[in-house]
Amino acid sequence: MSFPPKNILILGATSAIAQAIARKFASSGTRFFLVGRDAHKLDTVAADLKERFRCETRPYQLDLADNSRHKEVIETAKEELDHIDLALIAHGVLPEQNEIKSDADAVLDSLNINFNSAVSLLTHMSGIFEKQKDGTIAVISSVAGDRGRKTMYVYGAAKAGLSSFTDGLRGRMIEHGVHVLNIKPGVIATPMTKHLKKGLLTSTPEKVAVDVYKAVRRKQDILYTPGRWRAIMFIVRHIPERIFKKLTF
Amino acid sequence: MAIGESWGRTFPASHKLRPRNWAHQFLPENETGETLLAYGLGKSYGDSCLNDGGILMPMQEMEHVISFNRETGILRCETGITLEAILQLCVPEGWFLPVVPGTKFITLGGAIANDIHGKNHHAAGTFGCHVHAMELLRSDNSRTLCTPNGNKDLFNATIGGLGLTGLITWAEIKLKKISSSCIEMESIKVRDLDEFLDVSANSDQDFEYTVSWLDSLAKGRSSGKGVFLRGNHSTDSNRGLEVHSPPKLPWPIDAPNFLLNRLSIKAFNFLYYNKQLGREKRSTVHYDSFFFPLDSVHNWNRVYGKRGFFQYQFVLPFMEGHKAVREILNIISDSGQGSFLAVIKTFGEVKSPGILSFPQPGVTVALDFPNCGKRTRELFDRMDEIVVSNEGRLYPAKDACMSADAFKRFYPEVEQFLPHMDPAFSSSFWRRVHR
Repeated sequence: MSFPPKNILILGATSAIAQAIARKFASSGTRFFLVGRDAHKLDTVAADLKERFRCETRPYQLDLADNSRHKEVIETAKEELDHIDLALIAHGVLPEQNEIKSDADAVLDSLNINFNSAVSLLTHMSGIFEKQKDGTIAVISSVAGDRGRKTMYVYGAAKAGLSSFTDGLRGRMIEHGVHVLNIKPGVIATPMTKHLKKGLLTSTPEKVAVDVYKAVRRKQDILYTPGRWRAIMFIVRHIPERIFKKLTF
Repeated sequence: MAIGESWGRTFPASHKLRPRNWAHQFLPENETGETLLAYGLGKSYGDSCLNDGGILMPMQEMEHVISFNRETGILRCETGITLEAILQLCVPEGWFLPVVPGTKFITLGGAIANDIHGKNHHAAGTFGCHVHAMELLRSDNSRTLCTPNGNKDLFNATIGGLGLTGLITWAEIKLKKISSSCIEMESIKVRDLDEFLDVSANSDQDFEYTVSWLDSLAKGRSSGKGVFLRGNHSTDSNRGLEVHSPPKLPWPIDAPNFLLNRLSIKAFNFLYYNKQLGREKRSTVHYDSFFFPLDSVHNWNRVYGKRGFFQYQFVLPFMEGHKAVREILNIISDSGQGSFLAVIKTFGEVKSPGILSFPQPGVTVALDFPNCGKRTRELFDRMDEIVVSNEGRLYPAKDACMSADAFKRFYPEVEQFLPHMDPAFSSSFWRRVHR
């Protein structure tokens, strides 16, 4: 695949990180297939890309929690883009764990959108990429998936599963010339994280977009963004559980 | 800078933050009596961008481009977009903002709500003169399309309306055609106020941009001394349409208070005045260094340290001998409190549609004062009296101190403005000046 990618599929296109990534890759020759749940937001994002960069955009309204329509959306994207150079999985929710921790239905709902729907979409697109024999599949997981912790294990568990799935998929895709990128953002200031406390480590969607752009170009496997999270999570993973279980972050 | 701070850092305020992300969103829910205010990048110096005890709606993430016609230069955007982002978008296409202030790090909404002016006020008027349309979201959940012809009164109230007429969700502006991103500029040393006024009057016809840096310590006969800058967009298309680069250095820490004193300011002023040897110098510079010299240092407000600082900007009508301007300049130089960031400019006749718009024909002076507490406020009181009695006015976007009485005398138009205010919107500034 030539860089930068021209035909781009984004699932969850109205998230702040997805918007920043789209703008980073956009230029006058880019064609976007943008999938999102809210038609208003989706049209806003599509118009913004089109007017800023003179690229082509195709908004496609769909609630990705509805797994039964995944086949159709992936096939339509393939048909319209012809060749998918870059597919980005960017949808997800960050539940307020304290509110849902005793509500099994709510926990399963969040797992469905953060894990089931993502792996279902990946499975549908894997065949297409296998045949294409090139392109990049990029998946936004999270540093929260690196270790289960008290305040975020529901979200973390879904992202851990998604990370494993993505890393395994990479092994399957490598012989077909397809690049699979696992993106692990730290705490990013977005509407999704508005209820979290922000600190010195908080970064921006624009910074994530710059890192993702480079990682796609270099065909990197796993991206911690901002980069310092690689070291932070190395330490977090190595704290003995008997200490870790008492930590409250 | 933290959300909920203003540029001068003299007002601690606490807010409920309710960021806006999309133009189609409704206003956040508020409890009875709890008021709303939009907040852009917090570049207003005093309290006009704050709403202590109420809801602040950070707008920075609501910044989508809605349409951009590259042939006609008509641009419609959500109002959280920054002038910086607009320049990124339009300069490579041969368009420029019709009016720019001294920083590009403000939002479109802020530019409208403060009806900002720039170095081309004598030629182009204020920012509000170039707004074609905007949508206003009011607390009754209505959305009103305001243009210079349709819902004209609400349009005029919203231009320079300090964010008090509702939330401006998007706005459409007309850009200005350019053929290069460079400015052909001349800098001329002026010895005193008379010479400034002469050069200014002679430049207005042939130069789109004029402003003068002012030595705030110059006294008596040399008061008004400074370096006059004038320029035009270069018409040489070979110079290209390169956009500005991102800011380089953040100012790292709050500077200690003693850094700015009479001696250091005197030294700075001496160097600035004498950096060119001859009286006149011509050069071709990028628009970024011509319009936004301070943008290269992010957070330069920290140079004033933790105590914060004020900016005082007044306009006084043209009058024989300019006695009032001289009087104020002398008060400032005698006090020795003025800082090195001082500018003087003449405003022209172009009338803004804005009811509460600040600029009026005359001489405007803006300068910074480190916050020395009571001493500074007393100085402002003395200057306020002169401004009031000479039918001048102060600029709310810069103000932190004016009294309710002074406001009423500066802005008698406020009676016309009141019926258009949104009852659920307010600001710290408004509660201070309107009682």
